[in-house]
Formats: sequence, structure tokens, C-alpha cells
Amino acid sequence: MANNRDDIKFLSNPKIGKKQKKYCRFKKYGIKHIDYKDPEFLKSFVNEQGKILPRRLTGNSLKYQRKVAVAVKRARHLAMLPYVTDLLK
Amino acid sequence: MRNYEVTFIVDPVLSGDEIKSTAQTYVDHLKQVGAEVVHVDEMGLRQLAYPIAKRTSGVYYCIEFASETGELIPQMELAFRRDERIMRFLTVSLDKFGVKYNEDKRNGLIGKKNREKQEAAQEAAQAAAKADAKAAAAQEEE
Repeated sequence: MANNRDDIKFLSNPKIGKKQKKYCRFKKYGIKHIDYKDPEFLKSFVNEQGKILPRRLTGNSLKYQRKVAVAVKRARHLAMLPYVTDLLK
Repeated sequence: MRNYEVTFIVDPVLSGDEIKSTAQTYVDHLKQVGAEVVHVDEMGLRQLAYPIAKRTSGVYYCIEFASETGELIPQMELAFRRDERIMRFLTVSLDKFGVKYNEDKRNGLIGKKNREKQEAAQEAAQAAAKADAKAAAAQEEE
């Protein structure tokens, strides 16, 4: 295979840049319920403008991404998180 | 038994007694209608993320209760809507995970510090078990 040839030499490790495997933290740690009354925890799923981050960035599974979204929207209704802002973090 | 949780925000400009009595009226109302009040959490005065009715802070209360049917919810919500001292409210029905989460939270099992405590407790238990095993082995040799 091309990777075993001796005449191909790289200046740096060709494995650099391989991303860390993303996992759903709720599945991994067995967290079953997301509390909407906990804005500090929910802030990790929201960007600096207060928008909910997409699943491909947070690594959540679909089931928990939906629960997170519901929790964030409830927190917004109760004014624990803003709908729109510029300086959340 | 269905478990519900209602979080509401009381106007902060009222005096402390009025705020407490407002929350107490709803607790009593729930007891009257036949719901079993599990817990009343006074989350206290908090800054709001955006102004509601021109106010920038509010006193948060969270009442967790259980009831056989859900018929008392619309009456309770009507009472919240009519009351001018309540700025916002949110009624949520809790599934079994929610109920367990609330119980654990009340017993102090949730939180980063608690994880360390639990790990320390586990390590202590393991160390004690090892010490016991060594003592037992030493006795056998004798």
C-alpha cells in the first residue's frame, strides 16, 4: 500500500489532524433528565449570541439534542436564558 | 400519580411578606384541590435575562406536586394568569427521570463537588476492603 513505501517521507506525523471521536455526553454518563432550571449547564449548548448549537458541534445524539432544545426554550420563557444577546459568554 | 412542576416568577417590588404569602396562597390552593405538594423551592431573587413588564429581576419559586388527574392544572393556571403579582409561570409534567432527578437534587447527590465526595467515599470503601482482605490473609497464615 502507499503508506508502507519507504520513499514517501513526511515532515510531520500524517496522523495529526485526526479529530477526537465525538460522543453524546448524556449517553456516556447516563444522564437521563435535563433540568431547564439550570442555566449554567445549558449555557454549554448555546453560543455567545444565545443560539442553540447544532448537533454536529455538541456531539449530542438526536434524542438528547431535542431534550436540550426543549430545556433551553423553557429557560428562555422563564428569563433564565436570553432569546437574543451579544455577550453571553 | 402524575407529577408536575410549576415554576413562577413573583414581582420583586412587593414586600418580602407579600411575596411569601403569594407563594403560600398557591401552595394552599393546591393542597385544597387535593394535590400532594412534594416540595417548594424558593429560588430567590434573580436577575432576568431580559426585562419582563419593565422589571429586571424577579423572585423565582418552584413547586413540585403530584396529583391523580390533571384536571386541576387549568384552574391553577387561570389563578396564575389572574394574579397581577405573578409575572411568568411555566407548568411542566415530570416523567420518571424528572422525578428521580428532583429527588437526587434534594438529597444533594447532583453536582460536581458531590461526584468528588462520592469518588472519595468509594476509594475509602475500597481501601477499607483491601485492608480487611490483608488482615484476613495475615490471620490465615498464622
